[in-house]
Amino acid sequence: MSNTTIKIPTMAELNAKGESPEILFWVGCAGSFDDRYKSVTKAFVKILNKVGVSFAVLGQEESCTGDPARRAGNEFLFQMQAMSNIQVLEGYHVKKIVTACPHCFNTLKNEYPQLGGNYEVIHHSTFLQQLIDEGKVKPADGKAFEGQKITYHDSCYLGRANNVYQAPRSVLKALDTELVEMKRCKTNGLCCGAGGAQMFKDAEPGAKEINVERTEEALDTGANIIASACPFCLTMLADGVKAKNKETEVKVFDLAELIAQAEDL
Amino acid sequence: MHYLQQVLFVLVLGLAGYLLAKRVQFIKKGIKLGKPVNRSDRRSERWRSMLLVAFGQKKMFKKPLPALLHLFVYAGFLIINIEVLEFIIDGLAGTHRIFAPYLGSAYGWLMNFFEFLAVAVLTACVIFLLRRNIVKVPRFHKPEMKNWPTLDANLILVTEIILMLAILGMNATDQLLQAKGVAHYPHTGKLFFSSFLKPVFQHVEPGSLVVLERTFWWFHIIGILGFAVYVTYSKHLHIFLAFPNTYFANLNPKGKMANMDSVTNEVKLMLGLPAENATAPPAEVGRFGAKDVNDLSWKSLMDAFTCTECGRCTAECPANQTGKKLSPRAIIMATRDRVEEVLTNHKGLENGKTLLNDFISHEEINACTSCNACVEACPVLIDPLSIILELRRYIAMEESGSPAAWNAMFQNIETNFAPWKFAPTDRFNWADELKK
Repeated sequence: MSNTTIKIPTMAELNAKGESPEILFWVGCAGSFDDRYKSVTKAFVKILNKVGVSFAVLGQEESCTGDPARRAGNEFLFQMQAMSNIQVLEGYHVKKIVTACPHCFNTLKNEYPQLGGNYEVIHHSTFLQQLIDEGKVKPADGKAFEGQKITYHDSCYLGRANNVYQAPRSVLKALDTELVEMKRCKTNGLCCGAGGAQMFKDAEPGAKEINVERTEEALDTGANIIASACPFCLTMLADGVKAKNKETEVKVFDLAELIAQAEDL
Repeated sequence: MHYLQQVLFVLVLGLAGYLLAKRVQFIKKGIKLGKPVNRSDRRSERWRSMLLVAFGQKKMFKKPLPALLHLFVYAGFLIINIEVLEFIIDGLAGTHRIFAPYLGSAYGWLMNFFEFLAVAVLTACVIFLLRRNIVKVPRFHKPEMKNWPTLDANLILVTEIILMLAILGMNATDQLLQAKGVAHYPHTGKLFFSSFLKPVFQHVEPGSLVVLERTFWWFHIIGILGFAVYVTYSKHLHIFLAFPNTYFANLNPKGKMANMDSVTNEVKLMLGLPAENATAPPAEVGRFGAKDVNDLSWKSLMDAFTCTECGRCTAECPANQTGKKLSPRAIIMATRDRVEEVLTNHKGLENGKTLLNDFISHEEINACTSCNACVEACPVLIDPLSIILELRRYIAMEESGSPAAWNAMFQNIETNFAPWKFAPTDRFNWADELKK
């Protein structure tokens, strides 16, 4: 697919034409600004284009969900963000939201309803699984990952927070790879260290960085790809791999990137 | 002699009942210090959770071996207490083994089953003692376990062992008395486990045997009543509170934080949105978040009394595992300590101390990643995370005492609508990069 044909409609554009998309792709701050994570956004948009899903983004109208503010204790700021986002979403009569960020996912899904924002919210791992199940994406065809070993790191806000354990694994199993589990996985998964607004400050004094502890566990599996489904986890694990001087042998990718690679997008 | 025993028994039972009732009132008062939160909805889910997690010990089985040993002690506690009912009736009526004639051979079968449980409890407690003190499982030796908590745990295990030995000793002497045809000792049939103890008492003359048997009987019943009272002062309250605590546990997805409705109205006013009760004067504005135990929900305080300090939360905590000061168990223990202090000092909450700062430090709660590993790990559905997050709310909104990096993050969200310092107008640049 040539990049020039890629369409990234905004809600405002569609609204002006009197159209409304099936889903809103909530990009999130990391997906919009973080250099590394922007490639996940791009990969996901390519997949959406390929399968021809009717979608749109908010573009410049998107704003932080308020998750880190709430976790750090600033309820005022969280609710300010939430309520202005809800106003924007209501303006476009949004019904269904897909996001690649588990923190946005959790907040939109679980915390916006109390403030009047009710949507069907799904994480991109579940969305990708649905595309695979429906046969719209056939990642194993290209054999891009034949013989590779992948381990999956559970994001706390997907896993324990919302019980999404199977969808990301189903996506990975659809690639032609060997999926190996870390010692602490699923309900026992070890945090990457970034949740609860830790992403935005240095760790408290201690013996070790949490992301290093987790990366060591991932490396112990012998996997050459660490798969993640969260922007913060991705950053923390990539930093961990760097700290262990393994960046040439071991790569950290998001699920959407792996699917896009398998589909040669 | 019989009457004397009966009178004594009534006195002992009355005293234990009085002390227990006082302690129950104390704990109730402690839990009621907390703020209201509705946990009476979704009843069928709540019953299910209690049956599975408390009664069925579902979460214990994440670690199969300790779970099995714990199951012995738990089953022993539940079932042997049926025998205590007989003890109490016997004590009051001046009878001995009052159920025996009614149950016939089933009585002997039942006693053998109780003896099996007593041996299982005894074995499990010995292994637990070894695990705590010799094998040194790390979670039993964290800083918050120094002194009293460790002594408390060992006292409980030793007491349980002695109580079980008393049952077996009592049954052994009882069997000997039956064999000698002493009056008032109905036949129970052979009791398997206590028979091994018979040689110890073989040569004791009947008169002294009766004294021994009575001593074991009294020791066991006083021990059990004393233990029941002791439990209310110890970390062992989970044997009762596990049931209500799992019933009233949070049923929402773990990622969902409780909304602060007091903030919602103010934010609506600020944004010019129609607020509920906008015309009504604001109700008495309490604190935002929690500084002390009365700012927490009653469920958090019930959590504090329910905790048995097993430390599974702390063992799973990513911050604790990497050497940070945070220990979810210490958060819960500190909450209980503070509730007890509030109830026992004559100035109550106003004794110049607060949960935050005097019992829990900023450093501890700042280390939390809100990963919910502690919540997931707890076998009785205690939620240390909600206490941590309430304390953070107080620090952020009342003290403005959040770490500087967080204050910068707050400012970024306010001015740039993203937690990082990027221009909001650059938010959609990725699309141009993609189209290139």
